[in-house]
Amino acid sequence: MRPGPGGCCCRRTVRANGCVANGEVRNGYVRTSAAAAAAASQIHHVTQNGGLYKRPFNEAFEETPMLVAVLTYVGYGVLTLFGYLRDFLRHWRIEKCHHATEREEQKKKKKKKKKKETKKKKKKKREMDFVSLYQDFENFYTRNLYMRIRDNWNRPICSVPGARVDIMERQSYDYNWSFKYTGNIIKGVINMGSYNYLGFARNTGSCQEAAAKILEEYGVGVCSTRQEIGNLDKHEELEELVARFLGVEAAMAYGMGFATNSMNIPALVGKGCLILSDELNHASLVLGARLSGATIRIFKHNNMQSLEKLLKDAIVYGQPRTRRPWKKILILVEGIYSMEGSIVRLPEVIALKKKYKAYLYLDEAHSIGALGPTGRGVVDYFGLDPEDVDVMMGTFTKSFGASGGYIGGKKELIDYLRTHSHSAVYATSLSPPVVEQIITSMKCIMGQDGTSLGKECVQQLAENTRYFRRRLKEMGFIIYGNEDSPVVPLMLYMPAKIGAFGREMLKRNIGVVVVGFPATPIIESRARFCLSAAHTKEILDTALKEIDEVGDLLQLKYSRHRLVPLLDRPFDETTYEETED
Amino acid sequence: MATATEQWVLVEMVQALYEAPAYHLILEGILILWIIRLLFSKTYKLQERSDLTVKEKEELIEEWQPEPLGPPVPKDHPALNYNIVSGPPSHKIVVNGKECINFASFNFLGLLDNPRVKAAALASLKKYGVGTCGPRGFYGTFDVHLDLEDRLAKFMKTEEAIIYSYGFATIASAIPAYSKRGDIVFVDRAACFAIQKGLQASRSDIKLFKHNDMADLERLLKEQEIEDQKNPRKARVTRRFIVVEGLYMNTGTICPLPELVKLKYKYKARIFLEESLSFGVLGEHGRGVTEHYGINIDDIDLISANMENALASIGGFCCGRSFVIDHQRLSGQGYCFSASLPPLLAAAAIEALNIMEENPGIFAVLKEKCRQIHKALQGISGLKVVGESLSPAFHLQLEESTGSREQDVRLLQEIVDQCMNRSIALTQARYLEKEEKCLPPPSIRVVVTVEQTAEELERAASTIKEVAQAVLL
Repeated sequence: MRPGPGGCCCRRTVRANGCVANGEVRNGYVRTSAAAAAAASQIHHVTQNGGLYKRPFNEAFEETPMLVAVLTYVGYGVLTLFGYLRDFLRHWRIEKCHHATEREEQKKKKKKKKKKETKKKKKKKREMDFVSLYQDFENFYTRNLYMRIRDNWNRPICSVPGARVDIMERQSYDYNWSFKYTGNIIKGVINMGSYNYLGFARNTGSCQEAAAKILEEYGVGVCSTRQEIGNLDKHEELEELVARFLGVEAAMAYGMGFATNSMNIPALVGKGCLILSDELNHASLVLGARLSGATIRIFKHNNMQSLEKLLKDAIVYGQPRTRRPWKKILILVEGIYSMEGSIVRLPEVIALKKKYKAYLYLDEAHSIGALGPTGRGVVDYFGLDPEDVDVMMGTFTKSFGASGGYIGGKKELIDYLRTHSHSAVYATSLSPPVVEQIITSMKCIMGQDGTSLGKECVQQLAENTRYFRRRLKEMGFIIYGNEDSPVVPLMLYMPAKIGAFGREMLKRNIGVVVVGFPATPIIESRARFCLSAAHTKEILDTALKEIDEVGDLLQLKYSRHRLVPLLDRPFDETTYEETED
Repeated sequence: MATATEQWVLVEMVQALYEAPAYHLILEGILILWIIRLLFSKTYKLQERSDLTVKEKEELIEEWQPEPLGPPVPKDHPALNYNIVSGPPSHKIVVNGKECINFASFNFLGLLDNPRVKAAALASLKKYGVGTCGPRGFYGTFDVHLDLEDRLAKFMKTEEAIIYSYGFATIASAIPAYSKRGDIVFVDRAACFAIQKGLQASRSDIKLFKHNDMADLERLLKEQEIEDQKNPRKARVTRRFIVVEGLYMNTGTICPLPELVKLKYKYKARIFLEESLSFGVLGEHGRGVTEHYGINIDDIDLISANMENALASIGGFCCGRSFVIDHQRLSGQGYCFSASLPPLLAAAAIEALNIMEENPGIFAVLKEKCRQIHKALQGISGLKVVGESLSPAFHLQLEESTGSREQDVRLLQEIVDQCMNRSIALTQARYLEKEEKCLPPPSIRVVVTVEQTAEELERAASTIKEVAQAVLL
């Protein structure tokens, strides 16, 4: 919502936070009529959140149309039936089995003894045999659903993962069980899949030059851990810079983003502590929470009432059974949720955290660099104080075009991690050229390289995001998430459309990411676009045109609340009104 | 007929009522009332409801004080202030401003500053940039990754290999990909931390056996067999794994693989072998423990190693039969959910493999150097050498503990510091004392590399000897 002289654009979704609602509720969001929305959201920003938000917070999760939901379930039903049928055929060797099999020696006994007997009986293991490594049903989904559309994932590339990318062509002659590389390269595919938010994935320019220099000086490996003898001067330099970038007292860098979560959360909390985790948190946070031994409770995605209730109950009732008070409570949230495209309601989380004295662990894997006027992530986006977040975690993989992760916070916290982080004691430290890439790109974002390049990148990304999201909505797709989130999920719903969309887009020279169950709820399969500052207007327009076409072809334009551009745009380009159709 | 009889009974009942004495009726009336009361009264006393009032709840919330997130660390904590290495941590290393000979980094083959490796990495950097900006599934698979997997599989003579972007995450992700809740894992007590974390993530039943003690392992396997016979139904779905290391990081000893393989077939348990230290070290061609013992690699279900030691790059890999390995491509958490390995690191690993294949003599040289320093370090009063003489990483432990771990650590640190002053870079083996399942005693870890000359080895040994004598006596 941009308060301009021409009025403000109207967004359909407003939070349900106690405001009068006339519409469907989903995940705590309420749809109101177009006219009411403007008024309601005004009130909402001012009163409902006690003025917590300094900027409009527009997030939409349009309801799945009933017919689509039913058809999707039917689709999965048919797939499952066929899966059983084909498993039956495979079982009786009518259909050829393509998947790898157990080593003969490890099932020798039954083979020799029961050669004449039917396979069914063979399957009945005697205790003498090796227990099968996988349970049969375990791979049912992989065999019968995933295998049909496997060509949409793991597409090998052979260039920089920039705005355009070269993909190695591959073909399957056995229905995706194996791939043959044809040797052809599909050149210049528009890359809407890589997390190259600020466009630092480059093989030329200052970052590459600096990294090359350090590579020649240091080599690539470190061959030791931070605590032993793998603490290079470069690592110290990086950590000092990260702390400055984040606006925190100190920071520590780790070799892998995933491991930053899974190896540090156990250092922070343990038995007798409580973790409150968003239901859509990334696997690394879930693993870290599980490894910590703390009690884990899940709150609804980005739903502050749910979080507050859990916080209140936790403090009032203490630990289950023993009734002792919790030692500490840690809230785990992400800045941008990579599958939903939503942005955490950080101002409210911080208010809650302060009220209930809980600690906050913010995973900025996707938001660092990608959000906020200066690219400092979600804290910057909301104009908050980084001091209010106890643990600022993020990765270097995405916006910085490198790899690894960091944790920033108070000096005491970082000192504690330096002595207790699993990663510092047992894992090899970051590779020096990777460190250099991070240092140079971070300095660029901070404007310390003497150019305004970084700032421009951040702005470009924000513009691209708004533009791309708006256009997709105009076309009538159901788009999830916050209007400022560079992660743009486009809903496909039906399983067959996952494969179709991915292939059709590649045919049109656009690489997209499609995801289905188990990464998403079963009926909410989607395509995901990740915007980048490296995308030019032309690239985006080409992509949009093709998406539009494929959308018509596959009938993906499910949205019933289509945004229609106003014919006359007197003041603001982004002034829109909604129509029902 | 029937109705007639019923009528008769009814009439008789009414008559009986008339004839009954008054006290009888009263008694029965009382009894009926009593029953009704029993039926409708509450037979138990409700616990006094103790709903907290809103005010009480607020008070509780007000009162609650959490523990600090990271407890303050004392300024003199031995692990707080890291050594600072300026420049590359190669054969000559500058630690805290002092140039030393490196006896601490796992750069066994001296590939860290090999010009060929650097050139390969540089070429890759110029082609692909640094990061991959995505997990393997989403445009994070580069041709270099496929090459490296292919090369590793060929090098190890297995069907398939899979690479991870972090050494620690390799075995820690591989174990929970197979072993689930209810499965049983037999694991050596001395297993490294990554294995421990993998086991914890798998939530399987963990049975620890004494370090390298096959009799103890067999005892546990037998116990399990008896257990299985009692409950064959459960046994049929309970997978059994034996998780061991090739060369143990914590002890420097080698696992008795031939016996393990025998036990594997006898008790039908699969073997997972972690070879981070032995890969690129043991065996004629550096293929690790399997080659060292001449064991068919297919007898081992899964081999995992990191590329951070002998290969002097970053990351890790698992190899074995496709039937086993391919499963990780969808179930290995560290593989699916993490950004892929930066291509320049993969390219460096490929070049390192090339060098290993071209100079198989390098492994014999390394072995000879290990033997030399092992021999030279024997008989230091107060310090004992722990670890095999063919292991390039072994430990020096105090012969007699002072009784307190803290004091031991301080003594060993004193030795390390003084060696450092005399240009020999060593380090203590660091552990998280509270997290380790079976905490190894404090030790200094000595690492041998092919770059160290005979004189340097000799000098290191005599330096350690002299310093130890000065500190401990």
